Amino acid sequence: MLRYTLSRLTAAVVMAVFATLVIFLIANTVPGDPALAQLGDLAASNPEFLAAFRAKWGLDLPLWERYFIFLKGLLHGDLGISIASQRPVLDDIFSYAPATIELATAGFLLAVVIGVPLGVLAAVRRDTWIDHVARFISLAGVSAPTFWLAFIVLAIFYGGLQIAPGPGRLDTIAFPPTRITGLHLVDSALSGDWSTFIDALAHLVLPSVVLAAATLGLITRTTRASMLESMQQDYVRVARAKGLKERIIVWGHVLPNALIPVVTLGGLAYANLLTGAVMTETIFSWPGLGRYTFRSAAALDFPAIMGITLVVAITYLLINLLIDISYALLDPRVVR
Amino acid sequence: MSAATTVTPVAFEAVPSKRRRWLRRYGLASAGAVIILSWIMVAVLAPVLTWHAPDLVDVTQRLRPPSPSHWLGTDALGRDVFARLLYGSRISLSTGIIVVVLAAAFGTLVGGVAAYARGKIEELIMRITDLVLCFPPIILALAIAAALGIGAVNTIIAMLVVWWPKFARLARSLIIVQRSQEYVEAAVVVGLSPGRILIRHILPNSIGPLIVLVTLDVGNAIITFAGLSFLGLGVVPPTPEWGSMVSEGRELIEQWWVAAFPGLAILTIVVGFNFLGDGIRDWLDPKSRRR
Repeated sequence: MLRYTLSRLTAAVVMAVFATLVIFLIANTVPGDPALAQLGDLAASNPEFLAAFRAKWGLDLPLWERYFIFLKGLLHGDLGISIASQRPVLDDIFSYAPATIELATAGFLLAVVIGVPLGVLAAVRRDTWIDHVARFISLAGVSAPTFWLAFIVLAIFYGGLQIAPGPGRLDTIAFPPTRITGLHLVDSALSGDWSTFIDALAHLVLPSVVLAAATLGLITRTTRASMLESMQQDYVRVARAKGLKERIIVWGHVLPNALIPVVTLGGLAYANLLTGAVMTETIFSWPGLGRYTFRSAAALDFPAIMGITLVVAITYLLINLLIDISYALLDPRVVR
Repeated sequence: MSAATTVTPVAFEAVPSKRRRWLRRYGLASAGAVIILSWIMVAVLAPVLTWHAPDLVDVTQRLRPPSPSHWLGTDALGRDVFARLLYGSRISLSTGIIVVVLAAAFGTLVGGVAAYARGKIEELIMRITDLVLCFPPIILALAIAAALGIGAVNTIIAMLVVWWPKFARLARSLIIVQRSQEYVEAAVVVGLSPGRILIRHILPNSIGPLIVLVTLDVGNAIITFAGLSFLGLGVVPPTPEWGSMVSEGRELIEQWWVAAFPGLAILTIVVGFNFLGDGIRDWLDPKSRRR
C-alpha cells in the first residue's frame, strides 16, 4: 500500500514539472504580446516605454532563461508577480481561492447528496416515474450550458420572484467577517456573527445550485448504471435467498460495491468544479479563482496564468492521486 | 454473473407490440436525429425563415419584447433576436462538429500508432496525453485561446489542443483489444502491411464506441465553444453566435428574452446529440439497452 502510494506520488510530481513546461511554452511561444496587451496603444507606440516594460518583466531574456528563473522561483514558493495586479501571484491565488473552495464544495455536496440517492432509487425502481424523473434531471443537467442556467435562475429567483439575493458573496452594504480561513461561512460561524452567516448562506444558494447541475447529472447517471450492473451479481441473489430485507441489500450491499465508478467520477467532478467555476463566477460576480483566471487570460497576464494553471494542475493530480488510493481502499485487488 | 439465470418479472411481460418495439430500439436515436436535422435545416435555410437581417442595428427598436414583428424580441442594439438565433446556429453547429471530427481523426490516428507501435513510442504518446489531460480543459483552452487572440478559428485550434487526448486513449484501448484477435494474426500471416491492417481491418471492428463518443461529444464541444464565446473569446462581436448572445444579454434580467432564447437553442441541440449518442450506444451494445 505504501509503495503503491509512493509510486503514484512520484508520477504525480513528474507530471507537475512537465505541466509547468507545457504552460510555459504555451505562454511564451504564441503570437499574443503581453507588453502590448498591458500597456495599451498609446504607451505601446513608444519604443522606449516598450523596451523598459520588457526589461522590467524579463520579457527580453531568452526563453530557456525565463523558464529557469520561473522554476527557481517555484522552488522558493514564488510564482512571480502578476503583471495586471502588481502583486505576487501566490498572494492573489490565496486571496481568491477561498471563495471558489466554498462555492465548489457547496455545489459538490449538493450534487452528491441528491445525485447518489436519486441514482440508487432510479436503479431500484427502474422504468417507474422516479427513474424517468432521474433521467430527465440528469439529461437536463448535462445539456444545459452553465452560463445560461446561471442567467435563468438569476432572472427567475432574483429578478422575477425576488426571493434570492443578487450576485456577490454578501450584500453590498455588509462587511465581510474577520478573515480566519477566508471561507465566509466558517469565519462568520467561528466569530458568532450569525446575520453574516445567513447572508453568506443565502448568497451561496443560487450559484451552488447552478454549479451542481452538470455534476448532479453525471453522478445520477453513473450511480444508476453502476447500481444496475451490481444488482445482477450473484451475491445479491445470495443475500435475497438468505431473506435479507431489500433495503439492507440495496444500501448495505449493492451501493458500496457500486461506488467505485462514482468515486472516480466524483473526484474528477470536484476538481472540475474547483477549477471550472469560470462561468458561474463570472455571472454571479463571485470573487474566486475562476474570475481571476478569466481576467488574467484576457489581459495576457502570463505570470498569473502560469501560476493558476500550475496550482490547478497540481490540484488535479492530487485529486487523481486520492482517487487511486481510495480505489485501493475500496477494492484491495487494485494494488496487486 | 450469468444474467440468463436471473429471473426477473420482465420475463413474464406480454410481448410488446411492433410499434413499441420499434420505439424502444430506434426511438431515442430518431428523436435525436430529428432534432439535429431540424437545426441543420435551420442553419441552411436561415435567410428563408426570417425577413430580418441578423446584424441590422435599429436603435429605435431596442429591447422590444417578443411580438408579431419580432418573434423573440430585440436586443440592446435593436437587432432581431430570432434572426440572430437562426444565423447563429451555423457557427455553433459547424464549430462543434469540426472540433470533434478533427480531434477524433487525429486522436484515433495517434492512439492507433501507440497501440500498434508499443514500447517507447507508446509510452511517449500516452504520457503526452496524460500531460494534456492533467489540465482542466476549459482553463487550458481559455489560456490558449486568449494567447492566440479572439476569433472562431483560434478558438477551434485551442479546443483541438485539449480535445484529442480522450480519443487517443479510447482508440488505443480499443485497438489493443482487437490486436490480439485471430483475424489480425491471420492478416499478418497473409503478409498485409501494418497500415492496411490498421485501417481496413482493425478500425472497422472497433469503430462503434468511437462513433458513440464522437456523437455524445459534439454536444460538449458546442457548449464549450459557446462558453468561450460567452467569455468573449469565440467570435468577433457582430457575428451572431449563441454564447456571445447570452453574454450580451446577461445583465438584462428584465429583458430576459435576449439571453434566454439563445441558451435554450444550445440546450435543445445538445439534448439532440445526447439522444442520438445514447441511442447509437444502445444499438451497438444491447447490454446497455437493458439498463
